[in-house]
Amino acid sequence: MSSSTKHSKWRYVLLGVTAWLAAFMIPQAAHAEYGDVVINNYADAAGIRPAVFPHWFHRIRFRCKVCHADLGFQFKAGGNKIDMAKIIDGKFCGACHNGEVAWSVENCAMCHSGVPGTPTHFHGSTVQSLIAPAYKPLEGK
Amino acid sequence: MKNKIILTSALALVISGPAFSADGVSAEEVTASAATPEPVVVAQVAGANVFNRNLKKVKVKNAPPPEDGIHDPENEGTYVLQPPLEAYQGLPTSPYGNYVDWVKAIDEKKLQPRWDRIDSSEEAFVMDLDVLREVKASVPDVIFPHRQHTEWLACSNCHPAIFIPQKGANQINMSGILLGQKCGVCHGKVSFPITTKSCKKCHSQPKPEDWTPPLSEATLKNPWR
Ligand code: HEC
Ligand code: HEC
Ligand code: HEC
Ligand code: HEC
Ligand code: HEC
Ligand code: HEC
Repeated sequence: MSSSTKHSKWRYVLLGVTAWLAAFMIPQAAHAEYGDVVINNYADAAGIRPAVFPHWFHRIRFRCKVCHADLGFQFKAGGNKIDMAKIIDGKFCGACHNGEVAWSVENCAMCHSGVPGTPTHFHGSTVQSLIAPAYKPLEGK
Repeated sequence: MKNKIILTSALALVISGPAFSADGVSAEEVTASAATPEPVVVAQVAGANVFNRNLKKVKVKNAPPPEDGIHDPENEGTYVLQPPLEAYQGLPTSPYGNYVDWVKAIDEKKLQPRWDRIDSSEEAFVMDLDVLREVKASVPDVIFPHRQHTEWLACSNCHPAIFIPQKGANQINMSGILLGQKCGVCHGKVSFPITTKSCKKCHSQPKPEDWTPPLSEATLKNPWR
């Protein structure tokens, strides 16, 4: 009895320490701006920080139609298989980040600004904020 | 690396000191209890019964890039990026998403985003057509407004890949929307999210006065009813 009591107290101390460590070491992803997209299909593997695309910043300047209809960006995070070869050929981000419409591609650190190891994801999406997986409807309803 | 962990643990202990005394397990007590054991069942129960087990409130809104958790503070470019709040100065606000009312911002001409990549004088092709969808649950019916959508989007963004352009031809339900289908392709990702505060943006047409929710079969068949 006495040893188990002592054990459980220490377990709490350990739990507390772990919680604090976690709070300090795991990035506080919950704070990022709604609509930010981390794109990391290839970046980590190529040894560069993931790219971060801010929707809020671009929608102040362009309607969705410009990118999602005219420039052919599919509505899917990571789904456009963007890479640098396409960008310097004037596709995707390269349609604007060419020194004409917006600053040019040599500014690597502006796009490749993500925390290394962050998976491709859509920040602040409703699905990510659910406590349990989204509700599955009954068969045939 | 090992040094760093030890250092962080020490730091964590120092900072968490008060937190532990609040739970009734201060450092002295732990040492003392080694000699005179006492039951700590209470502490364990208290630990499980925190008031909000699952509620997460947004503590920081519109954090600047170096503090937002997805931008790397060790990347110098991160500090050149614009903090959202700076850009949102003077824009109409909303209680969710970016905390900006993007529809109002355009209606009030506070923003005039380009409709063309280069030509800033091209105007959006706006179509004012509301489509009503009656909802079988007690929540207000849904009005899909083309006007607000065509301010931002081209017809081809939705038709025909996401919606067949015909009233009632599409199966839509909330579960699908939450999973990112139909309206959920955009709502919950870039356009306003699905939260208690936003339900009535879509569910905007009150039910007819005489509407009552249909009773479930289990109730109709219940002999004790
Ligand atoms: C306008 C934004 C932008 C700029 C500027 C930019 N990149 Fe990229 N880059 C991207 C995106 C988006 C991807 C796709 C990321 C992914 O899926 O992992 C990418 C992918 C990459 C990749 C991995 C895929 C590949 O092409 O092999 C490398 C390496 C890379 N970038 C290097 C650079 C370097 C070096 C620079 C500066 C000379 C640079 N990038 C500038 C947006 C940008
Ligand atoms: C400057 C270009 C640009 C503009 C303007 C833009 N987007 Fe995007 N959008 C992107 C990029 C880039 C991605 C990520 C694609 C990828 O990772 O391959 C994306 C992804 C998306 C996705 C996919 C989300 C997912 O997780 O599947 C949605 C939905 C979306 N955008 C909606 C919008 C809406 C709505 C607007 C207008 C309010 C808009 N976008 C404006 C460039 C843009
Ligand atoms: C339709 C044109 C367009 C496309 C496509 C586009 N951008 Fe941009 N982007 C801009 C403009 C315009 C600016 C503002 C440039 C300036 O400040 O001079 C900008 C700025 C940025 C910024 C800096 C934001 C800040 O805080 O100053 C980042 C980061 C960025 N873009 C990333 C991307 C990435 C990544 C892609 C591709 C996935 C992309 N952009 C595609 C037009 C575009
Ligand atoms: C954001 C997505 C979206 C965009 C953009 C959009 N629509 Fe629709 N449209 C819908 C939805 C949703 C419906 C309703 C379908 C239903 O009730 O099943 C609809 C219905 C329609 C209908 C049928 C109306 C009826 O009463 O039968 C027509 C016609 C139509 N759209 C034309 C257009 C045209 C033209 C444009 C471009 C100017 C456009 N839509 C842009 C989503 C969109
Ligand atoms: C292709 C992307 C897309 C799809 C799909 C979509 N929306 Fe939207 N919706 C937007 C954008 C962009 C706005 C502008 C406001 C914003 O971004 O928050 C908007 C705005 C609205 C508004 C206007 C809010 C206001 O303040 O006036 C309503 C209502 C709405 N959507 C309902 C729906 C419904 C219902 C569906 C499904 C039938 C749907 N939307 C599907 C992109 C979309
Ligand atoms: C982006 C627009 C949108 C938002 C936001 C939204 N709904 Fe819906 N909802 C719909 C549409 C569209 C339907 C399908 C209507 C139909 O049957 O044609 C629907 C259907 C429903 C139904 C009927 C059951 C079902 O799954 O079809 C319920 C209940 C419901 N919504 C509740 C909610 C609640 C609660 C919220 C807020 C948390 C909410 N909705 C937010 C668009 C929305």
